[in-house]
Amino acid sequence: MKYIVCVKQVPDTSGKVAVKADGTMDRASMATIINPDDLNAVEAALSLKDANPDAKVVVVSMGPPPAAKMLRELLAMGADEAVLVSGREFGGSDTFATSQILAGAIHHMGIEEDDVIFCGRQAIDGDTAQVGPQIAEKLNIPQVSYAADIRKEGNTLTVKRMLEDGYMTIQVNTPCLVTCIKELNTPRYMTVKGILECDKKPYTVYDFNTLKDEPLIELDTIGLKGSPTNVYKSFSPPVKGAGQMVAADQASIHALFKGLADKHII
Amino acid sequence: MILSEKHQMMRKLYRQFAETEFTPELLDHLEETGEFNWDMHYKMAKYGFMGVKIPVEYGGQGGDSLAYVMMVEEFARVSPVLSIYANTSNSLGAGPLLFCGTEEQKQKYVVPVAKGEKILAFALTEPGAGSDAGGTQTTAVEDGDFYILNGRKTFISGAPMADYCVVYAKTDPTQKGSRGISMFIVDMKLPGVSCGKPEHKMGIIGYPTSDVILENVRVHKSDLLGPLHKGFATAMKTLDGGRLGMSAQALGIAQGCLEESIKYAKERKQFGQPIAKFQAISFMIAEMATEIEAARQLIYSTAVRKDAGDPEASKLCAMCKYFAAEMCNRVAYKAVQIHGGYGYIKEYKVERFYRDARITSIYEGTTQVQQMVISSSLLK
Repeated sequence: MKYIVCVKQVPDTSGKVAVKADGTMDRASMATIINPDDLNAVEAALSLKDANPDAKVVVVSMGPPPAAKMLRELLAMGADEAVLVSGREFGGSDTFATSQILAGAIHHMGIEEDDVIFCGRQAIDGDTAQVGPQIAEKLNIPQVSYAADIRKEGNTLTVKRMLEDGYMTIQVNTPCLVTCIKELNTPRYMTVKGILECDKKPYTVYDFNTLKDEPLIELDTIGLKGSPTNVYKSFSPPVKGAGQMVAADQASIHALFKGLADKHII
Repeated sequence: MILSEKHQMMRKLYRQFAETEFTPELLDHLEETGEFNWDMHYKMAKYGFMGVKIPVEYGGQGGDSLAYVMMVEEFARVSPVLSIYANTSNSLGAGPLLFCGTEEQKQKYVVPVAKGEKILAFALTEPGAGSDAGGTQTTAVEDGDFYILNGRKTFISGAPMADYCVVYAKTDPTQKGSRGISMFIVDMKLPGVSCGKPEHKMGIIGYPTSDVILENVRVHKSDLLGPLHKGFATAMKTLDGGRLGMSAQALGIAQGCLEESIKYAKERKQFGQPIAKFQAISFMIAEMATEIEAARQLIYSTAVRKDAGDPEASKLCAMCKYFAAEMCNRVAYKAVQIHGGYGYIKEYKVERFYRDARITSIYEGTTQVQQMVISSSLLK
């Protein structure tokens, strides 16, 4: 039994966002973190493993070689195996291309009857929430998005989805894919023992040659050139101007209402 | 020192844990009640922090001394008192047992302590035996398969919560000074063991400290720790590790003071500009940072040299404790000075840091004792 977790290394957007002259994000100059929702996905898998220690948690990431550091941190948290999907040919992939490649990588490692694939809802850099669902489509397995609670009994998952206007609880059979939100759990920390032992756990790199014959990957629709979407421009929104304080007297309130009405806000 | 990737990961873990879990609400609660926080103890235990430096075969994490000092440093940077929660088991608690305990004693006592299931205190100090540990008055008299212990230990950190206590007692009154002292593992639930009222301390509030009173306590011979009459030499070996940990605590407090001072100096305006623009302030910050970095390099390199079996380790640990504790007090003084009147108000972190800093040059060997250790190793 495997719990496969797809994770992404993203720029730390809590700091300053660097943009290159051509409008694309300057990832090299920014600190990186594990995408927060993906940590909830990792925790979901590790929690299920706590209840079923025979299960294996495999973390998978597509990214440049420095992403290995992030994978080692996940191994130190308790994941059993890590796979880095990395190759020049994969660089610049949009969500359509990325999900093909990740689906190909998961297909390459083999999906068994009782496996579950976990993804974070969305990455904080692109905010598309597309990769998880697209992986499920490519693999032709059921998907449940926005998981706020997951229970597993045998080959059945009961998932509480958190939607904007309420909750939806549904059951799904494995193998399936679940996208996780921050309300699902609180990710655990690494442990010192985990850090000391993370190098002893299996770590594999899938490069272009490993995956080029995968039937789920169409070679002309991956990478920057093959991606159907291209970033035209990215920029930081302008900083908001200073606010205006209004005194709590009748005249000031009238002036405020008039000002808002003049601007057709009210 | 350039840290290995693993040690960098550890620092990240310690920092994440401290910054997330040591919330201002928790720190205020500790300060207001002065009580031990069991929730935090168990949370730290869950992540194995109580046994960072304890070998895996005895329930620990198997980390080295550098892993340990970095933990104490990072925890103390946010909360000096909570750094003690995870420190004691790794140093004075399990230290004597790992150093000279039998396999049975290690399995019985170190394993639950490393996992945080039990708390072990270290009872050396007495009302009349502080820096002069050789003045120990507590006695242990042989009686069949038992020793009967009588005496009073004082300022014992963690005693009110402890399950066990390593107690130093005179077993051979004919030997003078530090000779003729033995170590015992005392179950705190044994008849005749009691604790005094927790002390009202200046700082490190939230980790109760009290006396331990021993009245005709029958300790089985299987709980004699290490060789008979030679407990003091073991105490000295254990204190080396403890000194390293306490120097890391001083380092963390100083780092916390520096960061608060930088933040405040940039925000606080006087004479129409941030006070950081004034040389009087910026030079203080430069001095603080430089002293902190010097202490850090000394502590980290000593941790590595100690693990490598460097014969100078004992002297180096004393140097760490001496330098880091004094440095910490100088830095805490400057941090309060930079904050001005606000630094004297409890809402500001440096007020607590200042009080917590004060103990670093006193406990686990005063600055003057460290100077004695250093100078005697140079002048022998």
